[in-house]
Amino acid sequence: MNTNKETKKVTDYDMQQLIGQVLRYGVLISGLVAITGGIWYLYQQGSGIPDYGTFHGEGEGYTSLTGIIKGLGKGSATEIIQLGVVILIATPIIRIVFSLVAFSLERDKLYILITLIVLSIILFSMFGGLSI
Amino acid sequence: MTILTFTLILLLGAYLAGLAGSLTGLGGGVVIIPLLTLFFHVDIRYAIGAALVASIATSSGSASAYVKEGITNIRLGMFLEIATTAGAVMGAVLAIYTPVNIVAILFGVTLIFSAAMTLRKKHEGALAEGSKLSYVLKLNSSYPAKQGLVDYKLKNIGGGFSIMTLAGILSGLLGIGSGALKVLAMDSAMRVPFRVSTTTSNFMVGVTAAASAVVYLQRGYIDPGIAFPVIIGVLAGAFTGSKLLMRIDVKWLKIIFSFAITAIALNMIYNGFNHKF
Repeated sequence: MNTNKETKKVTDYDMQQLIGQVLRYGVLISGLVAITGGIWYLYQQGSGIPDYGTFHGEGEGYTSLTGIIKGLGKGSATEIIQLGVVILIATPIIRIVFSLVAFSLERDKLYILITLIVLSIILFSMFGGLSI
Repeated sequence: MTILTFTLILLLGAYLAGLAGSLTGLGGGVVIIPLLTLFFHVDIRYAIGAALVASIATSSGSASAYVKEGITNIRLGMFLEIATTAGAVMGAVLAIYTPVNIVAILFGVTLIFSAAMTLRKKHEGALAEGSKLSYVLKLNSSYPAKQGLVDYKLKNIGGGFSIMTLAGILSGLLGIGSGALKVLAMDSAMRVPFRVSTTTSNFMVGVTAAASAVVYLQRGYIDPGIAFPVIIGVLAGAFTGSKLLMRIDVKWLKIIFSFAITAIALNMIYNGFNHKF
Protein backbone atom coordinates (compact mmCIF):
# COMPACT_ATOMS: atom_id res chain seq x y z
CA MET A 1 0.00 0.00 0.00
CA ASN A 2 2.76 2.34 1.05
CA THR A 3 4.92 1.65 -2.02
CA ASN A 4 1.86 2.09 -4.21
CA LYS A 5 1.31 5.56 -2.77
CA GLU A 6 4.98 6.40 -3.27
CA THR A 7 4.96 5.59 -6.99
CA LYS A 8 1.79 7.65 -7.43
CA LYS A 9 3.48 10.65 -5.80
CA VAL A 10 6.41 10.33 -8.19
CA THR A 11 4.21 10.39 -11.28
CA ASP A 12 2.28 13.43 -10.00
CA TYR A 13 5.62 15.17 -9.49
CA ASP A 14 6.76 14.13 -12.96
CA MET A 15 3.56 15.51 -14.45
CA GLN A 16 4.18 18.88 -12.76
CA GLN A 17 7.71 19.09 -14.15
CA LEU A 18 6.59 18.02 -17.62
CA ILE A 19 3.71 20.52 -17.74
CA GLY A 20 6.02 23.27 -16.47
CA GLN A 21 8.48 22.55 -19.30
CA VAL A 22 5.75 22.45 -21.97
CA LEU A 23 4.44 25.86 -20.87
CA ARG A 24 7.91 27.40 -20.65
CA TYR A 25 9.11 26.24 -24.08
CA GLY A 26 5.78 27.07 -25.74
CA VAL A 27 5.97 30.67 -24.51
CA LEU A 28 9.67 30.97 -25.40
CA ILE A 29 9.27 29.64 -28.94
CA SER A 30 6.19 31.76 -29.65
CA GLY A 31 7.99 34.86 -28.35
CA LEU A 32 11.01 34.21 -30.58
CA VAL A 33 8.86 33.62 -33.68
CA ALA A 34 6.83 36.78 -32.94
CA ILE A 35 10.01 38.89 -32.51
CA THR A 36 11.44 37.56 -35.80
CA GLY A 37 8.23 38.34 -37.69
CA GLY A 38 7.88 41.65 -35.86
CA ILE A 39 11.30 42.96 -36.85
CA TRP A 40 10.72 41.90 -40.44
CA TYR A 41 7.27 43.58 -40.32
CA LEU A 42 8.70 46.88 -39.01
CA TYR A 43 11.46 46.77 -41.65
CA GLN A 44 8.86 46.37 -44.41
CA GLN A 45 5.99 48.54 -43.14
CA GLY A 46 7.38 50.57 -40.22
CA SER A 47 6.89 53.90 -41.97
CA GLY A 48 3.24 53.21 -42.80
CA ILE A 49 0.24 54.60 -40.89
CA PRO A 50 -1.59 52.24 -38.49
CA ASP A 51 -5.28 51.76 -39.26
CA TYR A 52 -7.12 50.09 -36.41
CA GLY A 53 -9.97 52.56 -35.92
CA THR A 54 -12.34 50.41 -37.95
CA PHE A 55 -12.71 46.67 -37.72
CA HIS A 56 -11.97 44.73 -40.93
CA GLY A 57 -12.54 41.20 -39.66
CA GLU A 58 -11.97 38.03 -41.60
CA GLY A 59 -10.67 37.66 -45.10
CA GLU A 60 -7.05 38.44 -44.35
CA GLY A 61 -4.52 35.63 -44.86
CA TYR A 62 -3.65 35.44 -41.17
CA THR A 63 -7.13 34.45 -39.99
CA SER A 64 -6.86 30.80 -41.02
CA LEU A 65 -4.21 28.13 -40.66
CA THR A 66 -4.03 27.52 -44.43
CA GLY A 67 -3.70 31.27 -44.98
CA ILE A 68 -0.86 31.47 -42.46
CA ILE A 69 0.98 28.54 -44.08
CA LYS A 70 0.52 30.11 -47.52
CA GLY A 71 1.87 33.45 -46.22
CA LEU A 72 4.84 31.74 -44.60
CA GLY A 73 5.77 30.28 -48.00
CA LYS A 74 5.93 33.82 -49.38
CA GLY A 75 7.96 35.03 -46.38
CA SER A 76 5.16 37.42 -45.35
CA ALA A 77 5.95 39.16 -42.03
CA THR A 78 2.36 39.28 -40.72
CA GLU A 79 1.99 35.53 -41.19
CA ILE A 80 5.25 34.86 -39.33
CA ILE A 81 3.92 36.89 -36.36
CA GLN A 82 0.63 35.02 -36.57
CA LEU A 83 2.52 31.71 -36.46
CA GLY A 84 3.93 32.91 -33.13
CA VAL A 85 0.36 33.68 -31.98
CA VAL A 86 -0.80 30.20 -33.07
CA ILE A 87 2.06 28.58 -31.12
CA LEU A 88 1.06 30.67 -28.09
CA ILE A 89 -2.60 29.60 -28.34
CA ALA A 90 -1.53 25.98 -28.91
CA THR A 91 0.66 25.93 -25.77
CA PRO A 92 -2.13 25.47 -23.17
CA ILE A 93 -3.90 23.03 -25.53
CA ILE A 94 -0.72 20.93 -25.82
CA ARG A 95 -0.50 21.12 -22.03
CA ILE A 96 -3.92 19.40 -21.87
CA VAL A 97 -2.73 16.66 -24.23
CA PHE A 98 0.31 16.06 -22.01
CA SER A 99 -1.93 15.92 -18.91
CA LEU A 100 -4.02 13.30 -20.72
CA VAL A 101 -0.91 11.18 -21.28
CA ALA A 102 0.15 11.62 -17.65
CA PHE A 103 -3.32 10.68 -16.27
CA SER A 104 -3.28 7.62 -18.57
CA LEU A 105 0.08 6.53 -17.15
CA GLU A 106 -1.34 6.97 -13.65
CA ARG A 107 -4.43 4.98 -14.74
CA ASP A 108 -6.66 7.70 -13.28
CA LYS A 109 -9.82 6.90 -15.27
CA LEU A 110 -11.90 9.73 -13.82
CA TYR A 111 -9.34 12.34 -14.84
CA ILE A 112 -8.75 10.78 -18.25
CA LEU A 113 -12.48 11.37 -18.81
CA ILE A 114 -12.40 14.93 -17.41
CA THR A 115 -9.37 15.84 -19.56
CA LEU A 116 -11.05 14.38 -22.66
CA ILE A 117 -14.15 16.54 -22.02
CA VAL A 118 -12.04 19.73 -21.81
CA LEU A 119 -10.10 18.75 -24.94
CA SER A 120 -13.28 18.08 -26.93
CA ILE A 121 -14.81 21.44 -25.88
CA ILE A 122 -11.72 23.21 -27.27
CA LEU A 123 -11.70 21.14 -30.47
CA PHE A 124 -15.42 21.86 -30.89
CA SER A 125 -14.67 25.57 -30.51
CA MET A 126 -11.83 25.35 -33.04
CA PHE A 127 -13.79 23.59 -35.77
CA GLY A 128 -17.18 25.08 -34.86
CA GLY A 129 -15.61 28.50 -35.45
CA LEU A 130 -14.86 27.63 -39.06
CA SER A 131 -18.52 27.45 -39.99
CA ILE A 132 -19.65 30.64 -38.17
CA MET B 1 1.97 58.47 -36.02
CA THR B 2 3.75 55.79 -38.03
CA ILE B 3 3.53 52.04 -37.45
CA LEU B 4 7.02 52.15 -35.91
CA THR B 5 6.08 54.69 -33.20
CA PHE B 6 2.73 52.93 -32.63
CA THR B 7 4.62 49.64 -32.09
CA LEU B 8 7.18 51.17 -29.72
CA ILE B 9 4.57 52.94 -27.54
CA LEU B 10 2.42 49.80 -27.48
CA LEU B 11 5.49 47.73 -26.54
CA LEU B 12 6.15 50.02 -23.57
CA GLY B 13 2.45 50.02 -22.60
CA ALA B 14 2.26 46.22 -22.80
CA TYR B 15 5.41 45.97 -20.68
CA LEU B 16 3.83 48.13 -17.96
CA ALA B 17 0.56 46.18 -18.28
CA GLY B 18 2.42 42.89 -17.79
CA LEU B 19 4.36 44.33 -14.86
CA ALA B 20 1.30 45.77 -13.09
CA GLY B 21 -0.73 42.68 -13.91
CA SER B 22 1.74 40.28 -12.38
CA LEU B 23 2.41 42.43 -9.28
CA THR B 24 -1.29 42.84 -8.46
CA GLY B 25 -2.46 39.46 -9.73
CA LEU B 26 -4.97 40.99 -12.14
CA GLY B 27 -3.27 39.67 -15.28
CA GLY B 28 -2.15 41.51 -18.41
CA GLY B 29 -5.46 41.69 -20.29
CA VAL B 30 -7.30 44.18 -18.08
CA VAL B 31 -4.87 47.01 -18.87
CA ILE B 32 -4.43 46.17 -22.57
CA ILE B 33 -8.08 46.81 -23.52
CA PRO B 34 -8.37 50.36 -22.06
CA LEU B 35 -4.86 51.19 -23.33
CA LEU B 36 -5.78 50.26 -26.90
CA THR B 37 -9.32 51.66 -26.97
CA LEU B 38 -9.06 54.85 -24.87
CA PHE B 39 -5.49 55.83 -25.74
CA PHE B 40 -4.91 54.52 -29.28
CA HIS B 41 -8.60 54.60 -30.38
CA VAL B 42 -8.31 51.05 -31.65
CA ASP B 43 -11.57 49.20 -32.36
CA ILE B 44 -12.57 47.24 -29.23
CA ARG B 45 -12.64 43.97 -31.20
CA TYR B 46 -8.91 44.24 -31.98
CA ALA B 47 -8.36 45.13 -28.31
CA ILE B 48 -10.22 41.97 -27.20
CA GLY B 49 -8.07 39.85 -29.50
CA ALA B 50 -4.90 41.45 -28.11
CA ALA B 51 -6.07 40.98 -24.50
CA LEU B 52 -6.71 37.26 -25.12
CA VAL B 53 -3.19 36.85 -26.47
CA ALA B 54 -1.82 38.79 -23.47
CA SER B 55 -3.79 36.57 -21.05
CA ILE B 56 -2.41 33.36 -22.55
CA ALA B 57 1.15 34.74 -22.52
CA THR B 58 1.09 35.81 -18.84
CA SER B 59 -0.75 32.69 -17.71
CA SER B 60 1.58 30.21 -19.43
CA GLY B 61 4.68 32.20 -18.54
CA SER B 62 4.04 32.35 -14.80
CA ALA B 63 2.18 29.02 -14.48
CA SER B 64 5.31 27.16 -15.62
CA ALA B 65 7.09 28.23 -12.41
CA TYR B 66 4.17 27.64 -10.00
CA VAL B 67 3.34 24.20 -11.43
CA LYS B 68 6.93 23.04 -10.94
CA GLU B 69 6.88 24.14 -7.30
CA GLY B 70 3.81 21.93 -6.77
CA ILE B 71 1.50 24.70 -5.47
CA THR B 72 -0.97 24.48 -8.37
CA ASN B 73 -3.72 21.86 -7.90
CA ILE B 74 -3.70 20.33 -11.39
CA ARG B 75 -6.74 18.07 -10.80
CA LEU B 76 -8.83 20.95 -9.47
CA GLY B 77 -7.75 23.11 -12.42
CA MET B 78 -8.53 20.38 -14.92
CA PHE B 79 -11.99 19.71 -13.41
CA LEU B 80 -12.96 23.40 -13.31
CA GLU B 81 -11.67 23.90 -16.86
CA ILE B 82 -14.75 21.98 -18.01
CA ALA B 83 -16.79 24.92 -16.69
CA THR B 84 -14.48 27.71 -17.90
CA THR B 85 -13.90 26.36 -21.43
CA ALA B 86 -17.62 25.61 -21.95
CA GLY B 87 -18.34 29.13 -20.67
CA ALA B 88 -15.66 30.65 -22.94
CA VAL B 89 -17.20 29.03 -26.02
CA MET B 90 -20.63 30.38 -25.00
CA GLY B 91 -19.07 33.81 -24.48
CA ALA B 92 -17.46 33.80 -27.92
CA VAL B 93 -20.83 32.93 -29.48
CA LEU B 94 -22.63 35.61 -27.41
CA ALA B 95 -20.05 38.15 -28.63
CA ILE B 96 -21.52 37.95 -32.15
CA TYR B 97 -24.89 39.21 -30.91
CA THR B 98 -23.61 41.75 -28.38
CA PRO B 99 -23.19 45.38 -29.54
CA VAL B 100 -19.67 46.75 -28.92
CA ASN B 101 -20.85 49.48 -26.54
CA ILE B 102 -22.52 46.85 -24.31
CA VAL B 103 -19.22 44.91 -24.35
CA ALA B 104 -17.44 48.10 -23.21
CA ILE B 105 -19.93 48.67 -20.36
CA LEU B 106 -19.69 45.02 -19.24
CA PHE B 107 -15.91 45.30 -19.35
CA GLY B 108 -16.02 48.40 -17.13
CA VAL B 109 -18.27 46.69 -14.57
CA THR B 110 -15.99 43.62 -14.51
CA LEU B 111 -12.95 45.88 -14.00
CA ILE B 112 -14.50 47.57 -10.95
CA PHE B 113 -15.41 44.18 -9.53
CA SER B 114 -11.84 42.92 -10.12
CA ALA B 115 -10.38 46.01 -8.43
CA ALA B 116 -12.59 45.43 -5.38
CA MET B 117 -11.61 41.76 -5.31
CA THR B 118 -7.87 42.56 -5.22
CA LEU B 119 -8.33 44.50 -1.99
CA ARG B 120 -10.52 41.89 -0.31
CA LYS B 121 -9.03 39.74 2.41
CA LYS B 122 -8.53 36.13 1.31
CA HIS B 123 -8.90 32.93 3.30
CA GLU B 124 -5.56 31.73 4.58
CA GLY B 125 -6.59 28.66 6.53
CA ALA B 126 -7.27 25.19 5.21
CA LEU B 127 -10.43 23.17 5.89
CA ALA B 128 -9.93 19.93 7.79
CA GLU B 129 -13.09 18.27 6.49
CA GLY B 130 -14.25 18.38 2.84
CA SER B 131 -17.59 17.69 1.19
CA LYS B 132 -18.43 14.25 -0.23
CA LEU B 133 -17.88 15.37 -3.82
CA SER B 134 -14.40 16.68 -3.05
CA TYR B 135 -13.34 13.11 -2.16
CA VAL B 136 -15.05 11.54 -5.18
CA LEU B 137 -13.32 13.99 -7.53
CA LYS B 138 -9.98 13.70 -5.69
CA LEU B 139 -9.75 17.49 -5.32
CA ASN B 140 -8.29 17.54 -1.80
CA SER B 141 -4.56 17.93 -1.82
CA SER B 142 -1.61 19.59 -0.11
CA TYR B 143 0.81 22.39 -0.94
CA PRO B 144 4.36 23.24 0.13
CA ALA B 145 4.71 26.10 2.66
CA LYS B 146 7.49 27.31 4.96
CA GLN B 147 6.35 24.96 7.74
CA GLY B 148 6.16 21.95 5.38
CA LEU B 149 3.30 20.36 3.43
CA VAL B 150 -0.12 21.80 4.29
CA ASP B 151 -3.14 19.55 3.69
CA TYR B 152 -6.42 21.13 2.63
CA LYS B 153 -9.94 19.95 1.79
CA LEU B 154 -12.68 21.59 -0.26
CA LYS B 155 -16.42 22.18 0.01
CA ASN B 156 -19.27 23.54 -2.14
CA ILE B 157 -17.89 22.10 -5.40
CA GLY B 158 -21.16 22.78 -7.25
CA GLY B 159 -21.14 26.45 -6.25
CA GLY B 160 -17.56 26.87 -7.36
CA PHE B 161 -18.29 25.12 -10.66
CA SER B 162 -21.22 27.51 -11.37
CA ILE B 163 -19.18 30.66 -10.70
CA MET B 164 -16.45 29.22 -12.94
CA THR B 165 -18.96 28.89 -15.80
CA LEU B 166 -19.80 32.59 -15.43
CA ALA B 167 -16.06 33.41 -15.32
CA GLY B 168 -15.65 31.48 -18.58
CA ILE B 169 -18.53 33.33 -20.29
CA LEU B 170 -17.07 36.72 -19.32
CA SER B 171 -13.63 35.59 -20.42
CA GLY B 172 -14.94 34.54 -23.84
CA LEU B 173 -17.03 37.68 -24.27
CA LEU B 174 -14.46 40.25 -23.06
CA GLY B 175 -11.15 38.57 -23.86
CA ILE B 176 -9.85 38.77 -20.31
CA GLY B 177 -8.68 35.98 -18.01
CA SER B 178 -11.33 36.94 -15.39
CA GLY B 179 -8.91 35.82 -12.69
CA ALA B 180 -10.89 37.75 -10.06
CA LEU B 181 -14.02 35.62 -10.56
CA LYS B 182 -11.93 32.45 -10.63
CA VAL B 183 -10.38 33.32 -7.29
CA LEU B 184 -13.86 34.18 -5.92
CA ALA B 185 -15.13 30.74 -6.91
CA MET B 186 -12.20 28.94 -5.33
CA ASP B 187 -11.62 31.20 -2.34
CA SER B 188 -15.14 32.08 -1.16
CA ALA B 189 -17.13 29.08 -2.38
CA MET B 190 -14.74 26.14 -2.26
CA ARG B 191 -12.37 27.43 0.45
CA VAL B 192 -9.19 26.68 -1.47
CA PRO B 193 -6.20 28.22 0.42
CA PHE B 194 -5.06 31.55 -1.00
CA ARG B 195 -1.74 30.43 -2.50
CA VAL B 196 -3.36 27.47 -4.22
CA SER B 197 -6.37 29.44 -5.54
CA THR B 198 -4.28 32.21 -7.12
CA THR B 199 -1.83 29.85 -8.81
CA THR B 200 -4.52 27.39 -9.94
CA SER B 201 -6.61 30.30 -11.30
CA ASN B 202 -3.59 31.55 -13.21
CA PHE B 203 -2.99 28.01 -14.53
CA MET B 204 -6.57 27.86 -15.86
CA VAL B 205 -6.52 31.27 -17.58
CA GLY B 206 -4.38 29.99 -20.47
CA VAL B 207 -6.73 27.13 -21.38
CA THR B 208 -9.85 29.28 -20.91
CA ALA B 209 -8.46 32.04 -23.14
CA ALA B 210 -7.26 29.49 -25.73
CA ALA B 211 -10.81 28.07 -25.99
CA SER B 212 -12.16 31.41 -27.24
CA ALA B 213 -8.94 32.56 -28.96
CA VAL B 214 -9.27 29.78 -31.57
CA VAL B 215 -12.63 31.36 -32.53
CA TYR B 216 -11.43 34.98 -32.41
CA LEU B 217 -8.35 34.23 -34.55
CA GLN B 218 -10.64 32.99 -37.31
CA ARG B 219 -12.91 36.02 -36.94
CA GLY B 220 -9.97 38.36 -37.51
CA TYR B 221 -9.89 39.85 -33.97
CA ILE B 222 -6.19 39.05 -33.57
CA ASP B 223 -4.14 41.45 -35.70
CA PRO B 224 -0.41 40.64 -36.11
CA GLY B 225 0.64 44.31 -35.96
CA ILE B 226 -0.94 44.63 -32.49
CA ALA B 227 -0.25 41.07 -31.32
CA PHE B 228 3.53 41.08 -31.60
CA PRO B 229 4.34 44.11 -29.41
CA VAL B 230 1.68 42.92 -26.94
CA ILE B 231 3.11 39.39 -26.61
CA ILE B 232 6.69 40.58 -26.21
CA GLY B 233 5.86 43.51 -23.92
CA VAL B 234 3.54 41.56 -21.64
CA LEU B 235 5.95 38.61 -21.34
CA ALA B 236 8.88 40.88 -20.46
CA GLY B 237 6.73 42.82 -17.98
CA ALA B 238 5.40 39.69 -16.28
CA PHE B 239 8.92 38.34 -16.03
CA THR B 240 10.18 41.53 -14.34
CA GLY B 241 7.12 41.46 -12.08
CA SER B 242 7.76 37.92 -10.90
CA LYS B 243 11.34 38.87 -9.97
CA LEU B 244 10.22 42.07 -8.18
CA LEU B 245 7.36 40.35 -6.33
CA MET B 246 9.80 38.59 -4.00
CA ARG B 247 11.41 41.86 -2.93
CA ILE B 248 8.75 44.55 -2.62
CA ASP B 249 5.57 44.99 -0.60
CA VAL B 250 2.69 45.21 -3.04
CA LYS B 251 0.00 46.34 -0.57
CA TRP B 252 0.11 50.04 -1.52
CA LEU B 253 0.65 49.25 -5.17
CA LYS B 254 -2.54 47.18 -5.12
CA ILE B 255 -4.53 50.05 -3.58
CA ILE B 256 -3.24 52.64 -6.07
CA PHE B 257 -3.73 50.27 -8.99
CA SER B 258 -7.29 49.44 -7.89
CA PHE B 259 -8.25 53.14 -7.85
CA ALA B 260 -6.60 53.70 -11.25
CA ILE B 261 -8.45 50.70 -12.68
CA THR B 262 -11.76 51.98 -11.28
CA ALA B 263 -11.22 55.39 -12.91
CA ILE B 264 -10.46 53.70 -16.25
CA ALA B 265 -13.51 51.48 -15.83
CA LEU B 266 -15.83 54.46 -15.26
CA ASN B 267 -14.38 56.05 -18.41
CA MET B 268 -15.12 52.86 -20.39
CA ILE B 269 -18.69 52.71 -19.02
CA TYR B 270 -19.28 56.42 -19.79
CA ASN B 271 -18.00 56.01 -23.36
CA GLY B 272 -20.05 52.85 -23.71
CA PHE B 273 -23.27 54.65 -22.80
CA ASN B 274 -22.41 57.43 -25.26
CA HIS B 275 -21.78 54.92 -28.06
CA LYS B 276 -18.20 56.02 -28.54
CA PHE B 277 -17.01 52.53 -29.48
